[in-house]
Amino acid sequence: MQTKPRWLSVLDIITVILLIAATAMVFFYAPTEAVMGQVQRVFYFHVAAGWVGMLAFLVAAIAGVAYLAKGNRKWDIVGLSAIEIGIVFAFINIVTGSIWARPIWNTWWTWDPRLTTATVMELIYVAYLMLRQGIEDPDRRARFGAVYAIVGFLSVPLTFFSARLFRTIHPVVIGSNEAGAQGQFDMTSLMLQTFMFSLITFSFIFADLLWHRIRLGQLAEKVEQLRLKMVD
Amino acid sequence: MLFLQDAPANTLNYMIAGYVVIFGVMLLYLISLSVRRRNLSQDLEILEDQDKE
Repeated sequence: MQTKPRWLSVLDIITVILLIAATAMVFFYAPTEAVMGQVQRVFYFHVAAGWVGMLAFLVAAIAGVAYLAKGNRKWDIVGLSAIEIGIVFAFINIVTGSIWARPIWNTWWTWDPRLTTATVMELIYVAYLMLRQGIEDPDRRARFGAVYAIVGFLSVPLTFFSARLFRTIHPVVIGSNEAGAQGQFDMTSLMLQTFMFSLITFSFIFADLLWHRIRLGQLAEKVEQLRLKMVD
Repeated sequence: MLFLQDAPANTLNYMIAGYVVIFGVMLLYLISLSVRRRNLSQDLEILEDQDKE
């Protein structure tokens, strides 16, 4: 049995406290948006979840490069762990965006460039998990995973910049903005503080989950090696 | 017509649905991690016992 590192327990506690504080800020600190009403509060965690998704895919691409350079299987575990977490948070991002869109755009879904690229990005990484399942040899699987994580990462900047490069109704939160974007709003300082705090909180959630998922991956690796040893 | 009205739109149900999804999916993922860890630990114990024999 692996013993849980003390620093992981500390990170767990900090993350839970931050999540409680961020949730309290979303509901009690940030003001209600003047036009959209309560549904705008989804925005804080919607964007933060999207941030975690993209950050996770970046970590996976870096882990892919590290695996190809060093050949150490620990980087494969890091990549797989990051991608799994990225898929979960990108899914939250897409679904909450759809829920927000219903009252604001009067539709659950539209094939807008941002929504389309985000969905394609999610499907690319879901395919990564499915394709990995079909490769028996661990080294081949790790090599495939590394290359796929690097190539698949092209979908991340495409998704991020899609709202800036293409004609879209999706609001741009940071940086330049199309004035006609349906659902665009000006953040007050309280909203901005809540938004930044949510981003920091979700970064902690990512670090915490990644650590837990890597430990799970190490355990799975140990079980797989023992199985292979017994087969031989 | 949402943008022509004076008072904020009544979108409370959508906000609730959004947060149910956010916390629901995160909780499911945590449960999944916990179940997988428990299963792998059991597998490891069994394999180690068999390896000793």
